[in-house]
Amino acid sequence: MSTDYHKQSFWTKYIWSTDHKVIGIQYGITSLVWLLFGFGLMMIMRYQLAYPDTPVPIVGALLGDGGLLPPEMYNSLGAMHGTIMIFLGVVPLAFGAFGNYFVPLQIGAIDMAFPKLNAASYWTYFAGSVIMATGFFLPGGAANSGWTSYPPLSVIATMGQTVWLIGMVMLITSSLLGSVNILVTVIQLRTDGMTWMKLPIFVWTQFITAFLLLLAFPPLEAAGVLQLMDRVVGTSFFMPSGLVVTGEVMTNAGGGSPLLWQHLFWFLAHPEVYVLILPAFGIVAEIIANNTRKPLAGYKALVYAMVFLGFMSFIVWAHHMYITGMGTTIGAFFQTTTMIISIPSVVILTALLLSLWGGSIRFNTPMLFALGFIPMFGIGGLTGLPLGLAAADIHLHDTYYVIGHFHYVVAPGTIFALFAGIYYWFPKMTGKKTNEMLGKLHFFFSLLFMNGVFMPMFIQGLAGVSRRLADGGQTYAHAADVIYLNEVMSYSAWLLGLAQIFFIINMVISLFGKKTGEKNPWDATTLEWTDTTSPPLGHGNFEIVPKVYRGPYEYSVPGEKEDFTPQSKKV
Amino acid sequence: MDIPYTVKNRPDTGLYNGKLGIWLFLASEVMLFGGLFSAYIFLRTGVDQWPTGSEYLDIPLATLNTLFLITSSVTMVMSWASLKLNDFKKFKLYSGVTLFLALAFLVVKYFEYSHKFHVGYLPSTNNFLGIYFTMTGLHVLHIIGGIIVIFYFWMPGAKMWEVDPERFTNRIEIVGLYWHFVDLVWIFIFPVLYLL
Repeated sequence: MSTDYHKQSFWTKYIWSTDHKVIGIQYGITSLVWLLFGFGLMMIMRYQLAYPDTPVPIVGALLGDGGLLPPEMYNSLGAMHGTIMIFLGVVPLAFGAFGNYFVPLQIGAIDMAFPKLNAASYWTYFAGSVIMATGFFLPGGAANSGWTSYPPLSVIATMGQTVWLIGMVMLITSSLLGSVNILVTVIQLRTDGMTWMKLPIFVWTQFITAFLLLLAFPPLEAAGVLQLMDRVVGTSFFMPSGLVVTGEVMTNAGGGSPLLWQHLFWFLAHPEVYVLILPAFGIVAEIIANNTRKPLAGYKALVYAMVFLGFMSFIVWAHHMYITGMGTTIGAFFQTTTMIISIPSVVILTALLLSLWGGSIRFNTPMLFALGFIPMFGIGGLTGLPLGLAAADIHLHDTYYVIGHFHYVVAPGTIFALFAGIYYWFPKMTGKKTNEMLGKLHFFFSLLFMNGVFMPMFIQGLAGVSRRLADGGQTYAHAADVIYLNEVMSYSAWLLGLAQIFFIINMVISLFGKKTGEKNPWDATTLEWTDTTSPPLGHGNFEIVPKVYRGPYEYSVPGEKEDFTPQSKKV
Repeated sequence: MDIPYTVKNRPDTGLYNGKLGIWLFLASEVMLFGGLFSAYIFLRTGVDQWPTGSEYLDIPLATLNTLFLITSSVTMVMSWASLKLNDFKKFKLYSGVTLFLALAFLVVKYFEYSHKFHVGYLPSTNNFLGIYFTMTGLHVLHIIGGIIVIFYFWMPGAKMWEVDPERFTNRIEIVGLYWHFVDLVWIFIFPVLYLL
C-alpha cells in the first residue's frame, strides 16, 4: 500500500481518497460552502422582514415575481436555512471535518479504523445534501414546513418535502457510518499509553458526540421513513381522522397522530443540540489550555460532566412540546430532567472559565474566538432556562425569544468555536500561518454583529412576536412597539455577512502564502502538534508512531525547561 | 503501515475493529427498529379500534417463516464454527443452506404481500396495515442486504479463505452477528404484528 502512494493520480489522491485527513478537508470545504449558502438564504429573509413587499435587491432576479419574496418562498427559505445550517453545515464541520482530521492524530492512530467507510460516509453526505438542494428547482420550491417538518403540514406540502426526507435519510446513514468509525477508532486505535484519562478533551467530546449520533439519529430515520410512507404511499401515520384542508376533508384513512412525529423528531433533535455544542466545547478547551499555558481546570470533572450530559440528553426531548397538551406529570418529569441537564453544562462552562484564572493568556485569533464563545454560549444557555419551565415556555414558545436563544448557542457559540478551531489548526493542516490582523478584524466585527442580530430577538420575543411571520410582524398587534428592531437585526445580519469577507480573504491569502515549516507554532502538548509534520504525512500520519506517557495538558510544569511538556515525552 | 487490530484482538478491549463496529451498528439498528416499535405502540394506544393481526395476516405462513429464520440462524453459526474447525467444505454447505432458507423466507413473504395486494389490503387502508408493511418491508430490505453479503462470502469472497483464513473467519462472524440481529427483529415483529 505505502509504496504506490506516490503514484496516485489527482482523482485517487484528492477525490476518492480514503485518507482521513483528505476526507476531513472534503467535509470541511463542503460544509463551509453550505454554511455560506444557508447564511445567504437568511440574508434574503432578513430583507423581507425589514422591508416587506419591496423587491429584494441583488438576488431579486432569482426569485422571480418581480424580485418580491412571496410568503411560500419565505417559508421555504426558513426551512432550508435551518436544515442546511444544522445538518449540512455545523454538524459536518464539527464532527465530519474536525473529528476526521484530528481524532486519529490526537490519539496517535495512523488512520481511522475503517477508511473506506469513512469515504462512503462523506459521499453519502455529499449526495444527500445535493438531493436535498434539488428541492429548490422543483415546482413549489424546496421544503417549506420548517426545519422540524411538523405534520400534517409537511405531509400535504409540495414535492420539496419528499426530497428533503430522502436527503435526510441519506444524511442519517452518513452520520451512522461516521459515528461508528469514530467510536471504533477511539476505542481500538489509541496508541500505547493513551489511556482514557489521558485523552485530550477534544477526543472525549467527539467520542460522546459519536454516541449521540449513533443512538439518537435512527429514530428520526424511522420517522423519516414513516413520513415518506405518508407522502408517497398514502398511509396515515401522522394524519388524524377528519382533517380538513382548505375546506375539503382529507380522504386518507386517518387515525394517525401528528404528535408521534414530534416525539420521534425531538428524540433526535434534542441530543442534536449537544451534537452541535460538544465538539465546540472540545475545541475551546484545547485552545484555552494552549493559550493560558496552564492545565485545564478540572479535567476529570469535564469528562464526567460531558458523559452525564450525553446521557441526560436522551431524556429531555419533550421540553420542546409543552404546549402540545401533555399532562402535568409528564411535564414535571421533563422540566426536572431539563433543569438537571443544565448542571453539567454549567460545570463545563465553569471549568473553562476557571482555566483562565492565573494563566498568562496569549490573545491570538483562535483564543479570541474561544474567549468569545464562553459568554455567548453562556447567554444562549441561560436564556434556555425559562424555556425549560412549562409556565414560562407557554408564553415564550414559538416566539423570537426561542430563535434568539438557540442562535446564541449555535451561531456565536458553536460557530465561533469552529472558527477558533479553523484558525488554531490551519497551520497544522497547511503548514502555513493565517494573518492575525485579518483574523482579529473578523472576530471583533463578527462578535459585534452577531449580538446585533440576536440580542433584539429576545426583546421582540418577550413582547410576543411570533417566529414565523413572513412580513416581520407588520400586521401583528404584539409587534407594533418592537418592529423597529427588524431593521437593526437586518443591517447587523448583512454587516455580519460582510465581516465574513475578512475570513475568506484570510483563508485565500494564507493558502497562497509561504510554508513556515514549523510543526508546533503554538507550543502545544498534544500528539498532532508534537509528533507530526505540518501538514502530517500523507500516509500513516507519523514517521514513528508515538507512545504516550503524560496527560494532555502539561503546560508550565515546574522544573521543565520549556513551558509545555509533550504527551509523548518520556517521564 | 496497516491499521492495527483489523484481524487480531486488541488486548485491553478483547475485540477486533470489525466486531466492535458491527456491534455499534447493531446498537443503532436497535434504535431504528425501536423507534418503529414505539411508533406502533403510540399509534395503537391512540385509537379506540385496532385490529388483531389474525384479521388481516396469515399466522401459519408467518410461523413457517419464523422457523425458516431461526433455522437459518443456526446454520449461520454452524458455517462460522466450521471455519473455526478448519472445515471449508462444511462452511460452504451451511452457508448454502442459510442462503436457501433466507430465500425461502422471501418467497413466503412474496406470497403474503401479493395476496394482500390482491384482496385490496394496502398500506393506505389503515394504520395497522401501514405499520405492518413499513416494518416488514424494512425488515425484508435487511434480509435482502444479508443475502447479498452471505452470497458474496459464499461464492466470490470465499477466495480469501486461502490467503487470509483468520480474517475470512472474522468476516463470517460479523455477517453472522448481523444475521442473528435480523432474525431477532423478526422474533419481535412476529408476535407484535401477527399474534397480538
